[in-house]
Amino acid sequence: MKTIEKREGLVLEDVRLVVEGRLLVDLSLTIGPGEIVTILAPSGAGKSSLLAAIAGTLAPAFRLSGRMTLDGQRIDGLPPEARGIGILFQDDLLFPHLSVGGNLAFGLPAGLSDRVARQKCVEEALATAGLAGMSKRDPATLSGGQRARVSMMRLILSEPQALLLDEPFSRLDAALREQFRAFVFSAARAENLPVLLVTHDEADAKAASGRIVPLRSG
Amino acid sequence: MFVRFAPALTIAALIGPIAAGVIGTLLPAFGYFPALAGRHFSLAPWHALFASPGLVRSVLITAFVGMATTAVSLTLVMAIFAAFDGTRQFRIIRRFVSPLLAMPHAALAIGLAFLIAPSGWLVRIAAWAGAPIERPPDLLIVHDRLGLSLMAALIIKEMAFLFLMVLAALPQSDGSRALTLARTLGYHPAVAWMKAVLPRVYPQIRLPVLAVLSYSLSVVDVALILGPTTPPPLPVLVLHWMNDPDLRLRFLAAAAALLQLGLVVGAGLVWIALERNIISLARPWLIDGQRSGHEYATKVVAGAAVIVTAGAVLMLTTALTLWSVAESWRFPEVLPPTLTLTNWQSQIGAAPTPLVASLGIGALASGLALVLTVGCLEHEVRFGRRVTQRALWLLYAPLLVPQVAFLFGFDVVLAAIGIDGGFGEVLAAHLLFVLPYVFLSLGDPWRAFDERYRWTALCLGASPSRVLFRVRLPMLLRPLLTAAAVGFAISVGQYLPTLVAAGGRIATLTTEAVGLSAGGDRRIVAVYAILQMLLPALGFALAVALPSLAFRDRRGMSTGA
Repeated sequence: MKTIEKREGLVLEDVRLVVEGRLLVDLSLTIGPGEIVTILAPSGAGKSSLLAAIAGTLAPAFRLSGRMTLDGQRIDGLPPEARGIGILFQDDLLFPHLSVGGNLAFGLPAGLSDRVARQKCVEEALATAGLAGMSKRDPATLSGGQRARVSMMRLILSEPQALLLDEPFSRLDAALREQFRAFVFSAARAENLPVLLVTHDEADAKAASGRIVPLRSG
Repeated sequence: MFVRFAPALTIAALIGPIAAGVIGTLLPAFGYFPALAGRHFSLAPWHALFASPGLVRSVLITAFVGMATTAVSLTLVMAIFAAFDGTRQFRIIRRFVSPLLAMPHAALAIGLAFLIAPSGWLVRIAAWAGAPIERPPDLLIVHDRLGLSLMAALIIKEMAFLFLMVLAALPQSDGSRALTLARTLGYHPAVAWMKAVLPRVYPQIRLPVLAVLSYSLSVVDVALILGPTTPPPLPVLVLHWMNDPDLRLRFLAAAAALLQLGLVVGAGLVWIALERNIISLARPWLIDGQRSGHEYATKVVAGAAVIVTAGAVLMLTTALTLWSVAESWRFPEVLPPTLTLTNWQSQIGAAPTPLVASLGIGALASGLALVLTVGCLEHEVRFGRRVTQRALWLLYAPLLVPQVAFLFGFDVVLAAIGIDGGFGEVLAAHLLFVLPYVFLSLGDPWRAFDERYRWTALCLGASPSRVLFRVRLPMLLRPLLTAAAVGFAISVGQYLPTLVAAGGRIATLTTEAVGLSAGGDRRIVAVYAILQMLLPALGFALAVALPSLAFRDRRGMSTGA
């Protein structure tokens, strides 16, 4: 869907993350467009903090140094909403006060201002996710797998330039997990997005079939 | 923009009037008050104060009522938790407490007077049941010299307040797990609560307890309705002197207001010293391994407290309602023989101004407080600074400093710089007391909000203010409206701030009810008292109904997310 342009992907240079004097992350990493890199580490190792640092939502208690660029543009220092980085958490985090379609429309950029066109985008996204006609539904009435797919489509509609995955598959049961994994990876590849996946599950890493890197490259 | 300055604005709204007011009290107390030709500092106001008859007794009564109210209500609340926490009865008690807290002090005091007075409902019921009573007994029950009926009204209200404060402190101190753990170690429920939960809960309810102490020492409206009169408690003396046509008494009044401040500070220090002593005395008891004791007595005391309180509140509400629709109701008739709506029509139908004033001031004050609170909490989210213990003291300042010690002074200072307050001044005074409650009510649910919703929305490209208005505020609609309703209830109940700031020019339901309670027609007083109760209840009803209506098709919003 994206036009081909000069893209360098997500580049982390000497990114170090320190909390209370403890070095959590020390990483240099380049993720090309369409590539999926996995960080495999146990819980509490600082994976989520690294993603928060890249997304720009890091708590002030952390000290962050290094450079981060996305498609050649420096992103550290930008507020999260200006970074063009999408993130998917363990929970779907659909906004409970909005309808399914409302959640998707929240993701759509405001630049697309025509109401009919917005609704059309929403319907198309729902069809892609196998949820055609569910725009008016209450998200609370959807199944776990359906909700997960809506949250991914909401993300895709916001046109991110890179994707961060914070163990988004771990809450789903085995069969759903595989389905949703395939759905996320194919959607990311279709958009040619650089993807950083953090997980403690080796099956996730295997399914991503990309490079696996540690949190501290030393 | 607003979010950046919200904390500073809030602190200014909280501290400005208090600081200005204390100065405006301090100067006249030492003779300096140019508007009344006091241009030199002197101790004359103090000489006059200490020479005034009945002062010592007034101070002693005030101190007694304040300390005893605080001690009794705290003890009873602890007994209720020890006896009932985690039981089925506890849920029933919980449901009863919130409406009690929403009931304005003045309305409760008026209702209690209607109940316990010599010609009140209780005596009438006794006569109806066959007791040989033909005339109201010649007893001083209301306005009794020891302030016992004043204490009774205060204890009912402060129990409700402390109960909710303990309830709010329990999750933070992991109370229910500590209770379960202690019980699995063989401790009987009441002892388990006292030994395992209370030591962790008390530090968190310390400021509220001190607020109760300050309030009970300084209350004016309830004291006017139920308190002793010869002499009245100190804060009522201050009010009388401030309102005396002889303006020279203003100096005396300022000195008395300062004495009131000293009394609160002194009582607070005594309380803290008592606390320390009790804590060190209790330490060996905590670890002596005794697993039971006084279970039955605790249950009896707590049960009696609950039943008497609930019974009194239900009966006094009924008595007020009956009076408000009574055509005439002579002693010893147990019920009014004929009912009528004339009282309502003549008061509210003919002159709705106090009702409109209460509604308007309440809505504006709670709305402003909500905006400031949301600004402060959002500031916390965006700039990552949590409210410190010191900031919490600031928040409690309006509840700890006695109203009479600074409200008159605030008015004096405003007049001196040429601001003749009126409505704005009333609003500022109400905001001062509404803000802490709104903040305390909204703070916990706000901070319990899952920040990942915010991050998700930001990463979808939404600006911080869009995230605030489209995600966080709608998701927090229920606690937002509850906080607004709490603030509204507080505002509706304010007596002294309205009276002083408006200089008698703005009448609300509360000032009317209190003003008429002294010798006014019971039927008309009842109309105002009932309205005073209905208004906050209406606020809470809306706070429940509106989110349910707005999110009727959103199951995920039904628990208030």
